Amino acid sequence: MKKSIYILFFILSAIFAFQSFPVNAENRFPKPEFEQGHIQPETITPSPRLLLLEYLDVAVLITALSLISYFILKKRSRKLVFWTSVFSVLYFGFYREGCVCSIGAIQNVTLALFKDDYHIPLTAFLFFIIPLIYTLLFGRTFCAGICPLGALQDIVGLKPMPIEAWLEKVLGIFPFIYLGLAVLFAATGTDFVICRYDPFVGFFRLDASFTMFMIGGLFLIAGVFIARPYCRFLCPYGALLNIISRFSFKHMTITPETCINCRLCENACPYGAINMPVQLKEKEKTETVVRRYILLSIMVPIFIFTGGFLASNFSSGFAHVNPKVKLAKELKNNTNYGMGEKEALEITAFRSSGQSMDELNLEVAKIEKEFYLGSWILGGFTGLVFGLMLISLTVFKYHPDYSPNKATCHSCARCMEFCPVKPGVL
Amino acid sequence: MAGGLLPKLVGQEYVWQIDTKKCTHCGRCATSCIKTPSAVKCFHAFDMCGYCDLCGGYFRQGVKNLNTGAENQLCPTAAITRQFIEEPFFEYHIQKDLCIGCAKCVKGCEAFGNGSLQLQVDQSICDNCNECSIARDCPSNAISRVPSGKSYLMQGINWKNET
Repeated sequence: MKKSIYILFFILSAIFAFQSFPVNAENRFPKPEFEQGHIQPETITPSPRLLLLEYLDVAVLITALSLISYFILKKRSRKLVFWTSVFSVLYFGFYREGCVCSIGAIQNVTLALFKDDYHIPLTAFLFFIIPLIYTLLFGRTFCAGICPLGALQDIVGLKPMPIEAWLEKVLGIFPFIYLGLAVLFAATGTDFVICRYDPFVGFFRLDASFTMFMIGGLFLIAGVFIARPYCRFLCPYGALLNIISRFSFKHMTITPETCINCRLCENACPYGAINMPVQLKEKEKTETVVRRYILLSIMVPIFIFTGGFLASNFSSGFAHVNPKVKLAKELKNNTNYGMGEKEALEITAFRSSGQSMDELNLEVAKIEKEFYLGSWILGGFTGLVFGLMLISLTVFKYHPDYSPNKATCHSCARCMEFCPVKPGVL
Repeated sequence: MAGGLLPKLVGQEYVWQIDTKKCTHCGRCATSCIKTPSAVKCFHAFDMCGYCDLCGGYFRQGVKNLNTGAENQLCPTAAITRQFIEEPFFEYHIQKDLCIGCAKCVKGCEAFGNGSLQLQVDQSICDNCNECSIARDCPSNAISRVPSGKSYLMQGINWKNET
C-alpha cells in the first residue's frame, strides 16, 4: 500500500509539478475506512460577530449622539463632551477597531447606488444616515465627540494655534475634493480610499503598515498644534456635515442669553469657527453689488467647466488605480511588474482564470468610460465648490454678536466656558 | 437617491471570504491582511482528506524520510501536526495560532492530494474591514463579500450555521 502511494506520488508530481490544479469534485485518494474505529473530527468554522451586536453598535451610536447633543445644547458643558469623546475613542475606536464608521459608510452607500451586485447592510446605512439627521437637528454634535477620529484628535489638541483665515478657506476645499474622489473610486467599484488612507485606524487596531503609522503619527503630532487637522482639511464626511449643518434646526450658541460683545470668546475657538461681529458698513451701491453677482454667476459655470475639463484629462490616471485596468494595460504593453524574470501573479491568475483578452478589454473599456464621466463630474463639483467659496467670501452679512459658524463649528463647546453671561442673569 | 437605495438595503451583515475555486495560492493572504498574523488560515476539510502517509501538504517535495523532522516539513511555522491513526493513515491538524495563511500547504495538497487543505478567512479573527485589504491585492479576485449566515466557501464541510 505504502509503495503504491509512493509510485502514484511520483507520477503525479511529474505531471503536476509547479502547476496548481483546480479543485476536483472527485478525490484522487479515496476517503479511508478506519478499521479501529477512529472517528473523523469535524472541521470547525468559527462564526462571525453576532448580528445582534452590530445593531447594538447602532443603539450605542444613537444613545451617544443624543447624550452629547444634550450635553452641548442643554448642559453646555465642555467636561461632559470631553468624557463622551473618551468613551467614543474607547468604544468606536479601540473596541470596535474603527470599523464600522460613518466616514467610510459614504463608500458603501455610493457602491450600493452604482453597483447592482452590492447590497448594503442596514447597519452601515444607519451609521451613514443617523449622524446626518442629528446634524440637521443639532449641528455637528457627531464631530464633537462621537466620531472616534474626531474625538481622538480633540483629545490630543492641547496647544491649538490659530490659522490664517485665507489658509483655512483654501485648505477647506480639500475635504470636498477628497469626498469627490472617494465617491468616484467607490462608484466605479475600484477602491475604498477613505478606509485605505484612514490615518487613525492603525492606532485603534494597534496594527498597521509603517507608512500608515507614520501618517497617523504625523496627524496626531500636528494635531497638538493645529486643532483637528484631519477633520478640517480632509474628512469627506465632515464636508457633508458642513453643508447639512448650515441648515441645522437648533445649533449650539456661544452665549446662553444675549451676547454682550465682551470679546472673551474671540480666541476660544481652536477651529477658527467663530463669526466675528460685522458692523454696519457703508452701504454698497446697488450697481456694484449687481455687477459683482453677474460676474460671479458667469464665473461659476466657467469654474465648473474648467474643473471638469482638467479632471477629465486625468481620467486615465484615475482609471489606472483600478486593478482590472492596470492588468489590461500590462498585458497589452507586455510590461510586467513582477520581480525579476518571474511573471506577475496577476497575469498568471488571469491566464488561469480562462477569461479571454477580449472580455477583459470590454470590461476595461466600460470602466474607463465610467471614469471619464466620473472625472468630469468630480472636476465640475470641485469647480462649483471653489466658485461658491469665492461667492461666500464676498458676502458680508450684518450681525452684531459673536456666533458659531454653523458650517465649520465642531460643537466642541470650548467657547462656552469663556462666556461670562450666565443663563437667566440678563 | 433614497429610491435607489431602498431596494439595496439588507438586514444581514456581510463578511469577507475566499472562494477556494478561484484561489491561486499566491501567498499574498499572509502579507496583505491588516492583521499580523493574517486572519486567513488554512482550514482542513477532514471529509475530503485521504489521510495519506505521503502528504503533499505536510512534506516538502522530494523528501527522503516521512517523519516529523523539521527539515521535512513544508509549513514554515510547523503549524501542521501529523498524527498516526492506523496503518497507513495519518491525520493532519492545523494549529490556528501558528498558521500564517501562506498557502504553501494548500498548494501542495491541491497539486498532489485531494485539496482538503483550503484557505479561508477565520471569521473569529477577521476584523471585517469595510474593504478587505487582501481582496484588493488578490490577483484572482477570489475574495468577496458573503452573507454572514453562510460565511465559509470551502468545500467538504457540513453546514451547521446555515440559515
